[in-house]
Amino acid sequence: MNWGAIAAIYRFEMSRFFRTLMQSFLSPVLSTSLYFVVFGTAIGSRIEQVEGISYGAFIVPGLIMLSVITQSISNASFGIYFPKFIGTIYELLSAPVTFLEIVLGYVGAAATKALFIGTVILCTAALFVDFPIAHPLAMVLFLVLTCLSFALMGFIIGIWAKNFEQLQLVPLLVVTPLVFLGGSFYSITMLPPVWQTITLFNPVVYLISGFRWSFFDAADVPVGLSLLAIAGFTCLCLGVIWWIFRTGWRIRS
Amino acid sequence: MSAMLSIRDLRKTYDGGFQALKGVTLEIREGEIIALLGPNGAGKTTLISTVCGITTPTSGKVTVGGHDILTDFRAARALIGLVPQEVSLEPFEKVIKTVRFSRGLFGHRRDEALIEKILRRLSLWDKRNAQIKELSGGMKRRVLIAKALAHEPRVLFLDEPTAGVDVELRKDMWGIVADLKADGVTIILTTHYIEEAEAIADRIGVINGGELLLVEDKDRLMTRLGKKRIEVHLSEPLDAIPPALAQPGLSLEGEGDVLMFEYDTQAERTGITKLLNDIAGAGLVLRDLSTRQSSLEEIFVDLVTEGRS
Ligand SMILES: Nc1ncnc2c1ncn2[C@@H]1O[C@H](COP(=O)(O)OP(=O)(O)OP(=O)(O)O)[C@@H](O)[C@H]1O
Ligand SMILES: [Mg+2]
Repeated sequence: MNWGAIAAIYRFEMSRFFRTLMQSFLSPVLSTSLYFVVFGTAIGSRIEQVEGISYGAFIVPGLIMLSVITQSISNASFGIYFPKFIGTIYELLSAPVTFLEIVLGYVGAAATKALFIGTVILCTAALFVDFPIAHPLAMVLFLVLTCLSFALMGFIIGIWAKNFEQLQLVPLLVVTPLVFLGGSFYSITMLPPVWQTITLFNPVVYLISGFRWSFFDAADVPVGLSLLAIAGFTCLCLGVIWWIFRTGWRIRS
Repeated sequence: MSAMLSIRDLRKTYDGGFQALKGVTLEIREGEIIALLGPNGAGKTTLISTVCGITTPTSGKVTVGGHDILTDFRAARALIGLVPQEVSLEPFEKVIKTVRFSRGLFGHRRDEALIEKILRRLSLWDKRNAQIKELSGGMKRRVLIAKALAHEPRVLFLDEPTAGVDVELRKDMWGIVADLKADGVTIILTTHYIEEAEAIADRIGVINGGELLLVEDKDRLMTRLGKKRIEVHLSEPLDAIPPALAQPGLSLEGEGDVLMFEYDTQAERTGITKLLNDIAGAGLVLRDLSTRQSSLEEIFVDLVTEGRS
């Protein structure tokens, strides 16, 4: 294993993040505050409680997931797309590194950034509402796994994309709807039965449910199922990446 | 001595079906400098990209330092430095950071003294904290070189390192190549400047249409294919070549006062003696005499047009 290469890629990617640290920090703070003003205050004053939890507190896990998922994807997809776009990928391709090392560097960095943003949101939320964290370890585990698996997915999108439009396409058309409909801002038990069933085909439901369980010790679906879902998703992404690198798809001509 | 770089029957057909390399075979000794010449689209970059791992070969075998570039790619690539033809650099990154990155990517320990030495040699030290986008085109090209040198390659590929670079910098680049050669680095460079190949290469390869038309020792190439010209300046201009002198290779130039004779230096009989005797016999009076050897550029143009016809 060329650990030096992994560290070099990781550091190089993180330096882009640090160059825009203020922006990286301020935008989640701002958007979280806005969500609390709009959802927490305006809607929350009508809903008040969901499953015995104040609405403001109830949306915290979903809010974190929403940002962490979109951030993981956009960081990782941009991270690998950009070298392709400007041509610096030649260096990665001609270096004595395996694809596993490239993935570890890029995905590690993307996941780290997303984790940082998730933490910032968690702290910002704590300024607005009180919420318990029933299972802190599980909470961290869910968060890290989510960051990693969606960064893997972002990496795939970045390799697949041939232009900036495609880079935005999957997050816009697939991920954002799934996350919004995945129970970020409501419990799926609040939906009509037909929609409850349909919702169960949305993988993000399992993630948000599991993550919410780590806060409130209550879940829409069994926690084991949530873990299984995220593990399965991670394996799927890893499989696709393994195939991409074996065949050089969209990387090597 | 065993070959540092060995390319055997290398073929590359791009996805669209275009065959860019049609069976290239080439051996390069350690410490040698070889210049690849060829018109646009000849396949020079494709050849380099394939050896470096950027494109996958369709067939053929390549080893670097004895390591196969496919089955033992880590060991092979560890030896290689690449300065690509296209200037591609992260625009917002600092010069020194991108150079450090290249070293790290090859798994080497940090070595600030080495990085400083390289940046100073390339006159980039003052710009080390500048962002890439603040550099001029020539400076960016030097950053590419610094990146390639940062991981101490034993084989260096320079794909048109002096394209768009001013005369002074070009000379400077030749100096760097000479330094690297002194350190025993094997260098493969492509160029469109024949005088560049003439100035720094040990051997010259000519590629056209995906085929290596020839590879030869530079000096031998010059003499083998080199045509020499003798110019006979006459004191009185002529209207036409006197029939007694007429022979292939002889022409009347200038105001009719210069007899130009082109001959092959390798030929058994060059025909100079006969020509001079005949001139004397025809009663012509010589004012001056000069000879000129054709440059690599002329040789090169001849080869490529021959290949086309
Ligand atoms: N990715 C690609 N897909 C399809 N064809 C390609 C690709 N890259 C290069 N070619 C074709 O292969 C041929 C050789 O290209 P190459 O870049 O190797 O030429 P070159 O000798 O480096 O030329 P130049 O002096 O202009 O740099 C060209 O006809 C080019 O159009
Ligand atoms: Mg080229």
